[in-house]
Amino acid sequence: MMNTDAILNGLKEKFGPLVTETVKRNGKRYVVTINPSAILNVSEYLYREAGCRFIIASALHTKRGFEIHYHFSKDDCGLVLNIHVILDHNKPSIESLSNMFNASNWIEREMHELFGIDFINHPNQEKLISEGNWAEGVYPYRKEFK
Amino acid sequence: MSNKFLIPIGPYHPLQEEPELFKLYCEGEIVKDIKWETGYNHRGIEKLAESKTYDQVFFLVERICGICSTSHPFAFANAVEEICNIEITNRARYIRSIIGELERIHSHLLWVGLAGHFLGYNTVFMWAWKYREPVLDLFEMITGNRNSYAMFKVGGVRRDIEGHKIREIRKVLDEVKKKTDLLTGAVMDDPVIHARTKGVGILTKEDIIDYGAVGPTARASGVAIDVRKDDPYAAYPLVNWKVITATAGDVFAKAEVRLLEMYESISIIEQCLDGLEKEKEGDINIKVKNIPEGIGTGRAEAPRGEVFHCVFSDGSNSPARHKIRAPSYVNIATFKKSCIGQSISDATISLAAVDPCYCCTERLAVAYDMHTGEKIMNGADIIRASAGQTRLIMKNLKMKV
Repeated sequence: MMNTDAILNGLKEKFGPLVTETVKRNGKRYVVTINPSAILNVSEYLYREAGCRFIIASALHTKRGFEIHYHFSKDDCGLVLNIHVILDHNKPSIESLSNMFNASNWIEREMHELFGIDFINHPNQEKLISEGNWAEGVYPYRKEFK
Repeated sequence: MSNKFLIPIGPYHPLQEEPELFKLYCEGEIVKDIKWETGYNHRGIEKLAESKTYDQVFFLVERICGICSTSHPFAFANAVEEICNIEITNRARYIRSIIGELERIHSHLLWVGLAGHFLGYNTVFMWAWKYREPVLDLFEMITGNRNSYAMFKVGGVRRDIEGHKIREIRKVLDEVKKKTDLLTGAVMDDPVIHARTKGVGILTKEDIIDYGAVGPTARASGVAIDVRKDDPYAAYPLVNWKVITATAGDVFAKAEVRLLEMYESISIIEQCLDGLEKEKEGDINIKVKNIPEGIGTGRAEAPRGEVFHCVFSDGSNSPARHKIRAPSYVNIATFKKSCIGQSISDATISLAAVDPCYCCTERLAVAYDMHTGEKIMNGADIIRASAGQTRLIMKNLKMKV
């Protein structure tokens, strides 16, 4: 059974330069910023090797671009690992995790619907909550920065 | 003649207490596929939270769910206190856990009642809801409200539980325990309930891990996850209790887990009351001046499973972004596994088995066009949209499946 240190060391060893920053919030909360290209491999490592559970993902639109925090839980040590990626302002897209586990299926649809982030290879990127009630190509959670 | 049918349940259906549309694609009696349509309950809570102060957000998130209304403030408080890096007093910890566990008892009783109703077993429904009443009365005594208790704030709780209230809670809990014995015996030994729920709506351990399901749904399939144990908060590390699990993964196992969990909740509350008696009265709060910049992830074990709140603070007095994940969001998705292959009559109890809460699952509504700032949906528009949706469904239903 992997503990917090083993999981974090594994991330560093396997993905090296693709892990750009690791911030410790407290003993059970870490924010690990990675290169978006590594999301599939990092998630696979956490889900299959480290035994983490995908809780949910939080997207937000900031001046840096579209940011996604993928929240993973390692239940036997109370760890919440936030895998953080920053996507481009103009054409935000990232590989979908839904072919690996169904837990991310709905939230990726929701993020696509609200932020216009494209999830590559998503099995069914339809609208989840505003089907038929909202214009195409208008994303309510996007912000305008001056 | 084809024996393929589409059976819609909802969006407004006497079976359900909340609007939701399930489409069961059936061949003869057997459900071959299920589709779930949502969007009838959106209230824009995540977006609204960005325009409220941290103190106001408590009242907002309390209204996400009418049944487990304290689980969201619980998770939000944990998230914000994580950003501030503060520890609340032991008395506040005990009070928070008491409220959380009383809520679990009333929510599980509500579910047992509804499950009885779905099975056509209305005696269970009447009894369970009758036994739930004294718990709601306790809430009224402690907090002033039968639901939406407004007890939590950053740094502690709003009201104390004094000595005379502790005595009253103990008295009611003794009664609840006796009634739980009665109800558990009636449900666990009833041959009709066995026949209707055993081997029905099975979710395997692999399904639970794949869908990320939580709470009694996961524990009934042998996945022993419970945030109260795994990532302890409030008074849970200070008391003794155990995580209830079952292995069958069927509807009966889910009922078993919930019924036995009520005993654990009663035990937790009793221990918390003992703890309260040792702490100084009135010491329920610490002052928090500012919420610093940062990210806070708060979790709480609601009756339906893990509630997750992620708060991004930019140092102002409102959250910059507030992400909420209710347990039903991941549990409802498991219907794809639990209902397919079941008969139509078993599908309803399989749907009900995860104790789905649609209000929790949906939190978005759109009121303004982001480009022009114009208000594009008002009450009449929403009613029109709703009526249009119904017409569309009616039109679709005339088509062959």
